[in-house]
Amino acid sequence: MTAPFVILAILAIAGATAAMTLRKLVHCALALAVCFVGLAGLYLNLNAQFVGLVQILVYVGAVVILIVFAILLTRHDELPAQTSRTRIAGLGVSALVFALLAWAVTAGGAKFGAAGTQPEAAIKDIGSALMQRYVLPLEVVGLLLTAALIGAVVIAMEEKKSK
Amino acid sequence: MMTPLNGFLFISALLFAIGLGGALTRRSAILVLVGIELMLNAANLNFIAFWRYGPHPEALTGVLFVIFSIAIAAAEAAVGLALIQAVYRHAKTTDVNELDAMKG
Repeated sequence: MTAPFVILAILAIAGATAAMTLRKLVHCALALAVCFVGLAGLYLNLNAQFVGLVQILVYVGAVVILIVFAILLTRHDELPAQTSRTRIAGLGVSALVFALLAWAVTAGGAKFGAAGTQPEAAIKDIGSALMQRYVLPLEVVGLLLTAALIGAVVIAMEEKKSK
Repeated sequence: MMTPLNGFLFISALLFAIGLGGALTRRSAILVLVGIELMLNAANLNFIAFWRYGPHPEALTGVLFVIFSIAIAAAEAAVGLALIQAVYRHAKTTDVNELDAMKG
Protein backbone atom coordinates (compact mmCIF):
# COMPACT_ATOMS: atom_id res chain seq x y z
CA MET A 1 0.00 0.00 0.00
CA THR A 2 2.26 2.77 -1.22
CA ALA A 3 1.10 6.34 -1.76
CA PRO A 4 1.38 6.28 -5.60
CA PHE A 5 -0.70 3.12 -5.74
CA VAL A 6 -3.45 4.66 -3.60
CA ILE A 7 -3.53 7.89 -5.62
CA LEU A 8 -3.60 6.09 -9.00
CA ALA A 9 -6.20 3.60 -7.80
CA ILE A 10 -8.45 6.44 -6.59
CA LEU A 11 -7.97 8.21 -9.95
CA ALA A 12 -8.91 5.09 -11.92
CA ILE A 13 -11.91 4.16 -9.77
CA ALA A 14 -13.22 7.74 -9.55
CA GLY A 15 -12.88 8.12 -13.33
CA ALA A 16 -14.70 4.86 -13.96
CA THR A 17 -17.49 5.75 -11.53
CA ALA A 18 -17.93 9.19 -13.10
CA ALA A 19 -17.90 7.69 -16.61
CA MET A 20 -20.75 5.39 -15.67
CA THR A 21 -22.87 7.81 -13.61
CA LEU A 22 -22.63 11.32 -15.14
CA ARG A 23 -25.63 12.43 -17.18
CA LYS A 24 -23.94 14.24 -20.09
CA LEU A 25 -22.24 11.88 -22.56
CA VAL A 26 -19.27 14.17 -23.24
CA HIS A 27 -18.52 14.36 -19.52
CA CYS A 28 -18.61 10.56 -19.42
CA ALA A 29 -16.04 10.38 -22.24
CA LEU A 30 -13.70 12.80 -20.44
CA ALA A 31 -14.05 10.89 -17.17
CA LEU A 32 -13.19 7.74 -19.11
CA ALA A 33 -9.96 9.41 -20.26
CA VAL A 34 -9.11 10.15 -16.60
CA CYS A 35 -9.77 6.51 -15.72
CA PHE A 36 -7.48 5.28 -18.52
CA VAL A 37 -4.69 7.65 -17.44
CA GLY A 38 -4.99 6.27 -13.90
CA LEU A 39 -4.77 2.73 -15.26
CA ALA A 40 -1.70 3.64 -17.32
CA GLY A 41 -0.12 4.96 -14.12
CA LEU A 42 -0.91 1.67 -12.40
CA TYR A 43 0.83 -0.21 -15.24
CA LEU A 44 3.90 2.01 -14.86
CA ASN A 45 3.74 1.37 -11.11
CA LEU A 46 3.82 -2.37 -11.91
CA ASN A 47 7.04 -1.96 -13.95
CA ALA A 48 5.27 -2.53 -17.27
CA GLN A 49 6.46 0.66 -18.98
CA PHE A 50 5.64 -0.40 -22.52
CA VAL A 51 2.08 -1.39 -21.66
CA GLY A 52 1.53 1.85 -19.75
CA LEU A 53 2.60 3.96 -22.72
CA VAL A 54 0.57 1.81 -25.14
CA GLN A 55 -2.43 2.30 -22.84
CA ILE A 56 -2.09 6.08 -23.10
CA LEU A 57 -1.49 5.98 -26.88
CA VAL A 58 -4.28 3.57 -27.77
CA TYR A 59 -6.95 4.25 -25.16
CA VAL A 60 -6.58 7.94 -24.32
CA GLY A 61 -5.33 8.84 -27.78
CA ALA A 62 -7.59 6.73 -29.97
CA VAL A 63 -10.51 5.02 -28.23
CA VAL A 64 -11.67 8.04 -26.19
CA ILE A 65 -11.38 10.29 -29.26
CA LEU A 66 -13.38 7.73 -31.25
CA ILE A 67 -16.07 7.77 -28.54
CA VAL A 68 -16.13 11.58 -28.55
CA PHE A 69 -16.64 11.51 -32.33
CA ALA A 70 -19.43 8.95 -31.98
CA ILE A 71 -21.11 11.24 -29.42
CA LEU A 72 -20.74 14.23 -31.73
CA LEU A 73 -22.21 12.37 -34.71
CA THR A 74 -25.32 11.16 -32.88
CA ARG A 75 -28.03 13.42 -31.55
CA HIS A 76 -28.76 12.55 -27.97
CA ASP A 77 -31.52 14.23 -26.07
CA GLU A 78 -31.28 13.77 -22.33
CA LEU A 79 -32.28 10.17 -22.03
CA PRO A 80 -34.44 9.58 -18.99
CA ALA A 81 -32.88 7.30 -16.41
CA GLN A 82 -33.46 3.60 -16.71
CA THR A 83 -36.58 2.29 -14.98
CA SER A 84 -35.93 1.62 -11.34
CA ARG A 85 -36.54 -2.12 -11.70
CA THR A 86 -33.88 -2.50 -14.41
CA ARG A 87 -31.52 -0.26 -12.49
CA ILE A 88 -31.87 -2.20 -9.24
CA ALA A 89 -31.45 -5.51 -11.08
CA GLY A 90 -28.31 -4.28 -12.88
CA LEU A 91 -26.73 -2.82 -9.76
CA GLY A 92 -27.61 -5.99 -7.83
CA VAL A 93 -25.93 -8.19 -10.43
CA SER A 94 -22.77 -6.05 -10.46
CA ALA A 95 -22.63 -5.92 -6.64
CA LEU A 96 -22.99 -9.71 -6.57
CA VAL A 97 -20.16 -10.10 -9.10
CA PHE A 98 -17.95 -7.77 -7.07
CA ALA A 99 -18.70 -9.66 -3.85
CA LEU A 100 -17.80 -12.95 -5.53
CA LEU A 101 -14.55 -11.58 -6.98
CA ALA A 102 -13.57 -9.95 -3.66
CA TRP A 103 -14.23 -13.21 -1.86
CA ALA A 104 -12.11 -15.10 -4.39
CA VAL A 105 -9.26 -12.59 -4.02
CA THR A 106 -9.21 -12.73 -0.22
CA ALA A 107 -9.67 -16.50 -0.09
CA GLY A 108 -7.13 -17.55 -2.69
CA GLY A 109 -4.97 -14.62 -3.79
CA ALA A 110 -2.30 -14.77 -1.10
CA LYS A 111 -0.34 -17.72 -2.50
CA PHE A 112 2.24 -15.44 -4.07
CA GLY A 113 2.58 -11.72 -4.21
CA ALA A 114 5.31 -10.92 -1.72
CA ALA A 115 7.92 -11.55 -4.41
CA GLY A 116 10.91 -9.31 -3.91
CA THR A 117 12.10 -9.49 -7.51
CA GLN A 118 11.55 -6.52 -9.80
CA PRO A 119 10.81 -8.05 -13.20
CA GLU A 120 11.67 -5.88 -16.16
CA ALA A 121 9.83 -5.89 -19.47
CA ALA A 122 12.45 -4.28 -21.67
CA ILE A 123 11.08 -3.14 -25.01
CA LYS A 124 13.88 -5.09 -26.72
CA ASP A 125 12.69 -8.33 -25.08
CA ILE A 126 9.07 -7.60 -26.00
CA GLY A 127 10.10 -6.95 -29.59
CA SER A 128 12.09 -10.15 -29.93
CA ALA A 129 9.29 -12.16 -28.30
CA LEU A 130 6.78 -10.66 -30.76
CA MET A 131 9.05 -11.49 -33.70
CA GLN A 132 10.00 -15.00 -32.61
CA ARG A 133 7.67 -16.84 -30.27
CA TYR A 134 4.51 -14.82 -30.91
CA VAL A 135 4.94 -14.10 -34.60
CA LEU A 136 1.83 -16.04 -35.67
CA PRO A 137 -0.50 -14.22 -33.20
CA LEU A 138 1.08 -10.96 -34.37
CA GLU A 139 0.19 -11.74 -37.98
CA VAL A 140 -3.34 -12.71 -36.97
CA VAL A 141 -3.76 -9.44 -35.07
CA GLY A 142 -2.55 -7.57 -38.14
CA LEU A 143 -5.18 -9.34 -40.23
CA LEU A 144 -7.84 -8.62 -37.59
CA LEU A 145 -6.99 -4.91 -37.50
CA THR A 146 -7.15 -4.71 -41.30
CA ALA A 147 -10.52 -6.45 -41.27
CA ALA A 148 -11.77 -4.15 -38.50
CA LEU A 149 -10.58 -1.07 -40.42
CA ILE A 150 -12.38 -2.10 -43.62
CA GLY A 151 -15.41 -3.39 -41.72
CA ALA A 152 -15.85 -0.19 -39.72
CA VAL A 153 -15.72 1.92 -42.88
CA VAL A 154 -18.17 -0.35 -44.71
CA ILE A 155 -20.62 -0.45 -41.81
CA ALA A 156 -20.57 3.30 -41.18
CA MET A 157 -20.72 4.22 -44.86
CA GLU A 158 -23.84 5.98 -46.13
CA GLU A 159 -26.22 3.47 -47.70
CA LYS A 160 -26.96 4.02 -51.37
CA LYS A 161 -30.56 4.83 -52.06
CA SER A 162 -30.89 2.28 -54.85
CA LYS A 163 -34.65 1.90 -54.79
CA MET B 1 -3.37 -8.79 5.33
CA MET B 2 -3.27 -6.97 1.99
CA THR B 3 -0.37 -8.01 -0.19
CA PRO B 4 0.32 -5.66 -3.14
CA LEU B 5 -1.14 -8.26 -5.52
CA ASN B 6 -4.40 -8.33 -3.55
CA GLY B 7 -4.63 -4.56 -3.79
CA PHE B 8 -4.39 -4.65 -7.57
CA LEU B 9 -6.87 -7.52 -7.79
CA PHE B 10 -9.35 -5.56 -5.66
CA ILE B 11 -9.02 -2.49 -7.88
CA SER B 12 -9.53 -4.70 -10.91
CA ALA B 13 -12.61 -6.36 -9.40
CA LEU B 14 -14.08 -2.96 -8.52
CA LEU B 15 -13.41 -1.67 -12.05
CA PHE B 16 -15.08 -4.75 -13.54
CA ALA B 17 -18.13 -4.34 -11.28
CA ILE B 18 -18.44 -0.63 -12.19
CA GLY B 19 -18.20 -1.46 -15.90
CA LEU B 20 -20.76 -4.25 -15.60
CA GLY B 21 -23.16 -2.07 -13.62
CA GLY B 22 -22.86 0.72 -16.17
CA ALA B 23 -23.31 -1.60 -19.15
CA LEU B 24 -26.45 -3.08 -17.56
CA THR B 25 -28.08 0.15 -16.38
CA ARG B 26 -27.25 2.93 -18.84
CA ARG B 27 -29.59 3.60 -21.76
CA SER B 28 -27.19 5.08 -24.29
CA ALA B 29 -25.59 2.46 -26.56
CA ILE B 30 -22.30 4.42 -26.49
CA LEU B 31 -22.15 4.14 -22.71
CA VAL B 32 -22.85 0.42 -22.87
CA LEU B 33 -19.74 0.17 -25.09
CA VAL B 34 -17.79 2.27 -22.55
CA GLY B 35 -18.80 -0.17 -19.82
CA ILE B 36 -17.49 -3.07 -21.92
CA GLU B 37 -14.18 -1.20 -22.43
CA LEU B 38 -13.90 -0.78 -18.65
CA MET B 39 -14.40 -4.52 -18.11
CA LEU B 40 -11.69 -5.28 -20.70
CA ASN B 41 -9.33 -2.92 -18.90
CA ALA B 42 -10.02 -4.63 -15.58
CA ALA B 43 -8.94 -7.91 -17.16
CA ASN B 44 -5.78 -6.25 -18.52
CA LEU B 45 -4.89 -4.94 -15.05
CA ASN B 46 -5.23 -8.49 -13.71
CA PHE B 47 -2.85 -9.82 -16.38
CA ILE B 48 -0.21 -7.20 -15.58
CA ALA B 49 -0.55 -7.68 -11.81
CA PHE B 50 -0.14 -11.46 -12.11
CA TRP B 51 2.83 -10.98 -14.47
CA ARG B 52 4.51 -8.65 -11.97
CA TYR B 53 3.97 -10.82 -8.89
CA GLY B 54 3.74 -14.26 -10.51
CA PRO B 55 6.41 -16.95 -10.52
CA HIS B 56 7.84 -16.56 -14.07
CA PRO B 57 7.96 -12.88 -15.05
CA GLU B 58 10.82 -13.41 -17.50
CA ALA B 59 8.48 -15.26 -19.89
CA LEU B 60 6.60 -11.94 -20.55
CA THR B 61 3.34 -13.86 -21.10
CA GLY B 62 1.17 -11.36 -19.23
CA VAL B 63 2.63 -8.34 -21.00
CA LEU B 64 2.23 -9.86 -24.45
CA PHE B 65 -1.32 -11.01 -23.71
CA VAL B 66 -2.22 -7.45 -22.70
CA ILE B 67 -0.66 -6.01 -25.86
CA PHE B 68 -2.76 -8.34 -28.02
CA SER B 69 -5.83 -7.65 -25.87
CA ILE B 70 -5.42 -3.87 -26.33
CA ALA B 71 -5.18 -4.32 -30.11
CA ILE B 72 -8.36 -6.42 -30.15
CA ALA B 73 -10.18 -3.96 -27.86
CA ALA B 74 -9.30 -1.11 -30.22
CA ALA B 75 -10.69 -3.07 -33.18
CA GLU B 76 -13.82 -3.87 -31.17
CA ALA B 77 -14.36 -0.20 -30.27
CA ALA B 78 -14.00 0.88 -33.90
CA VAL B 79 -16.48 -1.69 -35.21
CA GLY B 80 -18.87 -1.14 -32.29
CA LEU B 81 -19.01 2.62 -32.76
CA ALA B 82 -19.46 2.17 -36.53
CA LEU B 83 -22.40 -0.14 -35.77
CA ILE B 84 -23.88 2.49 -33.44
CA GLN B 85 -23.56 5.05 -36.25
CA ALA B 86 -25.33 2.75 -38.70
CA VAL B 87 -28.11 1.94 -36.22
CA TYR B 88 -28.51 5.63 -35.37
CA ARG B 89 -28.88 6.57 -39.02
CA HIS B 90 -31.60 3.96 -39.35
CA ALA B 91 -33.52 4.36 -36.08
CA LYS B 92 -32.61 7.99 -35.16
CA THR B 93 -31.84 6.99 -31.58
CA THR B 94 -29.10 5.34 -29.53
CA ASP B 95 -31.44 4.39 -26.68
CA VAL B 96 -31.02 0.66 -26.14
CA ASN B 97 -34.54 0.43 -24.68
CA GLU B 98 -36.06 1.46 -28.01
CA LEU B 99 -33.76 -0.63 -30.21
CA ASP B 100 -35.71 -3.84 -29.73
CA ALA B 101 -36.38 -4.95 -33.31
CA MET B 102 -34.05 -6.92 -35.57
CA LYS B 103 -36.19 -6.08 -38.59
CA GLY B 104 -36.01 -2.59 -40.05
